[in-house]
Amino acid sequence: MNKSVAVAGNSGPKVRSDCEMILEIRSAGGIEIDLTSRVRALYGESIKTLCLAILKFFNIENVLLKITDSGALPFVLSARLEAAVKQLTETGKEYLPEMISQNNYSATRERFRFTRLYLPGNTPGFMINAGLYSADGIILDFEDSVAPEKKDESRYLVRNALRQVNFYGAERMVRINQGERGLDDLDFIIPHNVNLILIPKCETAETVKAVENRIEEIRKQYKIESEVFLMPVIETALGIENAFEIARSCGSVVGMAIGLEDFTADIGVPRTVEGNESFYARSRLVVAAKAAGIQPIDSVFSDIGDMDGLRATVLASKAMGFEGMGCIHPRQISVIRKGFAPGVAEIEKSKDIVWAFESARSNGLGVVALGSKMIDAPVVSRAQKTLELAERLGLLKSNWRNEDRGQ
Amino acid sequence: MATKTVINAAGRSVPLEINGQAVIPFKGVGKHRPEGTKFAPPVPSCSDYPEDGNKLITSLEEALKKCGLADGMTISTHHHLRDGDLVSNKIFEIASAMGIKDLVWFPSASFPCNDPLIKYLDDGTINRIEGSMNGPLGRYVSEGKMKGTAILRSHGGRVQAIQDGDVMIDIAVLAAPSSDTFGNAKGTGGSSACGVIGYAKADYLYASKVIVVTDNLVDFPCIPMEIEGIYVDYVVVVDKIGLPEKIVSGTTRITKSPDRLLIAELTASFLDRSGILKDGVTMQAGAGGTSLAIAVFVHEKLKDKGWKASFGFGGSTKYMVKMLEDGQMGYILDAQVFDLDSVRSLETNVTHVPYPVFNAYNYHSKGNLTSMMDIMILGATEVDLNFNGNVVTHSDGYLLHGIGGWQNCLHARNVILPIPLFRDRIPVIVDEVTTLCGPGELIDVIITERGIAINPLRKDLIDSVKGSGLPVKTIKELKDEAERICGKPQKPVFDDRIVAAVKWVDGTIIDVIRKLKTD
Repeated sequence: MNKSVAVAGNSGPKVRSDCEMILEIRSAGGIEIDLTSRVRALYGESIKTLCLAILKFFNIENVLLKITDSGALPFVLSARLEAAVKQLTETGKEYLPEMISQNNYSATRERFRFTRLYLPGNTPGFMINAGLYSADGIILDFEDSVAPEKKDESRYLVRNALRQVNFYGAERMVRINQGERGLDDLDFIIPHNVNLILIPKCETAETVKAVENRIEEIRKQYKIESEVFLMPVIETALGIENAFEIARSCGSVVGMAIGLEDFTADIGVPRTVEGNESFYARSRLVVAAKAAGIQPIDSVFSDIGDMDGLRATVLASKAMGFEGMGCIHPRQISVIRKGFAPGVAEIEKSKDIVWAFESARSNGLGVVALGSKMIDAPVVSRAQKTLELAERLGLLKSNWRNEDRGQ
Repeated sequence: MATKTVINAAGRSVPLEINGQAVIPFKGVGKHRPEGTKFAPPVPSCSDYPEDGNKLITSLEEALKKCGLADGMTISTHHHLRDGDLVSNKIFEIASAMGIKDLVWFPSASFPCNDPLIKYLDDGTINRIEGSMNGPLGRYVSEGKMKGTAILRSHGGRVQAIQDGDVMIDIAVLAAPSSDTFGNAKGTGGSSACGVIGYAKADYLYASKVIVVTDNLVDFPCIPMEIEGIYVDYVVVVDKIGLPEKIVSGTTRITKSPDRLLIAELTASFLDRSGILKDGVTMQAGAGGTSLAIAVFVHEKLKDKGWKASFGFGGSTKYMVKMLEDGQMGYILDAQVFDLDSVRSLETNVTHVPYPVFNAYNYHSKGNLTSMMDIMILGATEVDLNFNGNVVTHSDGYLLHGIGGWQNCLHARNVILPIPLFRDRIPVIVDEVTTLCGPGELIDVIITERGIAINPLRKDLIDSVKGSGLPVKTIKELKDEAERICGKPQKPVFDDRIVAAVKWVDGTIIDVIRKLKTD
């Protein structure tokens, strides 16, 4: 490394909660900090103190540091400075902010993944409140939402966010890059309690295995006990053809998602609202996921202004067997959650079916009837699943059987 | 120059004299009782006015001269033309050309369009502004550049100051979207319609001289007479009193920010679960994006339950008008109009009527509308651990906003502040407010995206939401969370010089703003 000036972060009139650090290594003269900040009157001293501590940590003694700050939180300031430092010096050291205690939670294989909010991995302003919208998961994204020249610095930002930002119980997910860069991304984040990794443009079972192997190595090295789940994202024709193999490639795979923008591009057709061009792919993905016992997850809906269109898409998606969708804006979350949750009529009908089934059994009857209609075992099983879901979502009390059932 | 100060009932160090006038330190909420009679303007005689009722004067300059414009006078204006006002600046342009000095500008509020007045503060035409200051004007004051000391009053406090004789208006220059030659005037009609012009009421009743400036002369009688011509000296017709697109919004809009929507949703849930929202409820909500979103959620809840708000106090917006027209609100009593839908409603709905702050907010009224309100949605730049609120300065010490009706509104039954826990790293909940504008005993609920804090004085509200599942926390917990995320801010450094005083609704001094030390 023989660069002497490094730049990290973002500045500009529209930038919020971020900063730009320009670091120039000098041969002498000590540390000089030139700070421009909209919160200078309140945090000027604390910003300088933090930066001096970081420079000392990395043994940097002679430097001009120019900071343009637009209200960056400490975890952002330190990520930006570390990213700049690492452009100029070779070091294995990491300046890790405290892991807040609220972030030490793990996920379970069967938890709901109806709603997962995508967060661009180099935009701190979106991360800070992301956990407040009650999405089932948040996805810190290294892939499509980060410009190629910002990929390196986003690693420090996402790592620090995983340690410092309270996501209020949302499953902590990261979408890594494709290929080798994606595997290297894992080194930066797996030690910081990630619950799930999304593997983009996944086409083969081998890709999933490579990710799992790398995660296992890191888990051993850092003695990490909690599980890290995987969710491959299928975005090509080849991926669809291999969907079942991908779905059952590793024990840690808990869900499989489809990405339709890339898929339609891959097969060379425009993506339509009706989605006829991807109907087979989506069906195939649902069937493969169900066969492997994992959750099939639908693509994102990209028009954030069209809530009616989103609502219709969610219902269609649920009807095909999908169990969740990605969200690209917080406003989509409640619409998607409501869409995947069982409706009032569905719950009532399921209660009737389960009730009829249970009373027939207690009367020793082999045949279950509701009114004049015979009910098959799969119908009962589906009703039971609906009620379990409703109970877990808090839409139905677990003691519903005790409720008065007027005739 | 050392100013003698005392500690007032709110624990703030305040002076006993400002701008050469004795002032009274804050004594506590509802404690101060002025004695004597209300101030009265000089006695006029109708013999001195034209018998045909035609008071037209060729120009504003001529009218100001006829009113005897002189050094040191107090000139008042209203702010119904908001950021489209073309009249206020004109007054001082004329005064400056005449070589007049040391005027006091007494507006009901200022806007960015008034920033050019800085040059008349610089050249000595204006000594000081007694009114709300925003943006660059506030910055100018904070940096100690204004000659006199600014006085910040609430809308109600402005009426009180006029009635107490604290402020004696020499000339009121009142822009009116419609007027007849006698000076009867209203806020509708013409190309500069602003809906109502109620802020001008105390001005025309109490000023020594009153000039109405209009760009829409109508036949006598101009009705409804929001300004009554019997109080008016001169009428001036100009090409344009305002820029229509900056007077009212074509349309006000609810916020699109997911963070603010979250706070609005939480506020609506709180109103619902606490039982504050009920059939016959009375409410006021502003025109800010979050307030509008709350109004929309409240509207939905009222509709779901088949309830109706008995009246709403405007700041009217299309969202309030929709409640009225859908049957979820009985009346709109209106102090100011924010968008075109509201102007239309005011002209067509008999249940939508002007209601000046003179009637709603004034300390010297025999009862007030605000204390009759169930739901009061307000903002703040800072709230402290004792629930004290600040609306005029930012945490960095800069004076950047006016009080508006905020202090007056604190007298409502349930004062609710939906605010973010921090803005661009700056915590909104702090140990102690930079400037005290409203005592904590009047602020009931703080609703942030990270939880709700209820004033411990409101045990009834605390009990009402027990077991509701709402994220109720102590204000200390919220403050700690903000500091955990943002870090603890350092304090701005002030020097001793007082650059502005904040008056309480009764005219006493609740706090002062000192000059910022700038490096």
